Amino acid sequence: MNEAVYARRKKVNALAFALTAVCAAVASGTLLAILGYIAWKGASSISWAFLTNIPKPLGEHGGGIANSIVGSAKVVGLAGLMGIPVGILGGVYLAEYGRGKYAFAVRYAADVMNGVPSIVVGLFAYALIVHPMKKFSALSGSVALAFIMVPIVLRNTEEFLRLVPGTIREAALALGVPRWKVTMFVILPTAGRGILTGALLALARVAGETAPLIFTAFGNRFSDNGWLNPIATLPHTIYTYAISPYEDWHNQAWAAALILMAFVLAVNVTARLWLKPKSI
Amino acid sequence: MEDAPKERPIAISVRGLRAGYGAAAVLNGVNLEVRENTVTAIIGPSGCGKSTLIRCLNRMHEAIPGATCDGEILVGGRDALRLDPVVLRREVGMVFQRPNPFPTMSIAQNVAAGLTLNGVSDRALIAETVEKSLRRAALWDEVKDKLDAPGVGLSGGQQQRLCIARALAVEPRILLLDEPCSALDPIATARIEELLLQIKEQLTIVIVTHNMQQAARVAEYTVFMLMGEMVEYGLTRKMFTQPADKRTEDYITGRFG
Repeated sequence: MNEAVYARRKKVNALAFALTAVCAAVASGTLLAILGYIAWKGASSISWAFLTNIPKPLGEHGGGIANSIVGSAKVVGLAGLMGIPVGILGGVYLAEYGRGKYAFAVRYAADVMNGVPSIVVGLFAYALIVHPMKKFSALSGSVALAFIMVPIVLRNTEEFLRLVPGTIREAALALGVPRWKVTMFVILPTAGRGILTGALLALARVAGETAPLIFTAFGNRFSDNGWLNPIATLPHTIYTYAISPYEDWHNQAWAAALILMAFVLAVNVTARLWLKPKSI
Repeated sequence: MEDAPKERPIAISVRGLRAGYGAAAVLNGVNLEVRENTVTAIIGPSGCGKSTLIRCLNRMHEAIPGATCDGEILVGGRDALRLDPVVLRREVGMVFQRPNPFPTMSIAQNVAAGLTLNGVSDRALIAETVEKSLRRAALWDEVKDKLDAPGVGLSGGQQQRLCIARALAVEPRILLLDEPCSALDPIATARIEELLLQIKEQLTIVIVTHNMQQAARVAEYTVFMLMGEMVEYGLTRKMFTQPADKRTEDYITGRFG
């Protein structure tokens, strides 16, 4: 081989390698940059009072986001109660029984749902619940978030169930155990960790959703409002405060963003650590 | 090997069994009689339909999408193809090629699975069955101090005996084994063979094997299959010394397969 050609190839190789490394750094660096910036801007406004007080009346300085934290927990919690069971059972159907056109349609619909803009899901929940009830509510926000969770949990459940070796299924069937019991008590627990991890990640994902809550949960400056009244949530409060003209609210938005980010990150890390030791 | 008396009652009778996957036929009319309290080995080259045949006997074959099966199978005089497969499988247990203990269960839970999954909650009965089944599977002494350890933590041979114990715990009258030793070393294989010779006193055993020596060691009767047909069936000793069919002779002398 010609020396010059060889030297050129080495140079191109080094260049291409550097390019991939830089792109990888951009991908992971973004997370660090976001975390760092939010921490820098938000940490100074976080205090015990900020976490435990509700907002002060408009124009007064101070106040906190306790109602948003509780509101997010309620809205996301109820969304999980509705979305996770539906997603898991749908995933069981697809993995264990799903063949033919219907299963194909369900799978396809779930994948399309994953790509539907979340504000559209919010509009749907508005039409479904807010409009007939003539009222913004925590419930409608939960329904919107549940719609977003279902396809995520469903596809994740299906994938983890498919990882359970067919030999396990056969072993249980060969003991004279009815099919539904095999699915419920042998296959589901075997894939349990993966399925629950997926459910946790879906919770973390919707905890940060803002758009579907704008015209469902709507927001509220007071605490405990029940399920059928407008309710404050962290992402929505961040949005409202961030577009406001007040310096104090801007600072509170940064602090609330830091809280939300910390929560999402904590759930993510927990879920992944939990999955690791004994994946199937 | 002792003579297997002809007058033993028939445990399984197969007539004109055809089976396949979709349009592909695997078994083209198999006839077979398995006698009680004997070990019957099914041998033959890869793809001859031995596994399909044994999987028809407890209807695990039909668990595969697109699988077809018709003909007549009588188990203890009852029509197996019309019985509820769940009921049939409690009478006709199965051990598979690779050990497949339930990964989420302990040793004891694995053995008890057939009971607990079917609603038995009597702790004393479960504990008793676990011990009895593990003893029958010659595994008790090795695991009695770690019954709560995960089943998948055992060695391959132990796992396979655990699977045998699990199958025995539901008290089947027939035990099917589909190449149970193909993933095991010779010592583990010898233990399983020894065990089969012990438990055949209590039940009927049908074993698919790739290994002709294994058939010669454990089985009174041997079935030789080729391309979906039963070529020869008879006393093992006779088949290995004076095979009736030329194809059997070719196979057991290693001319093909």
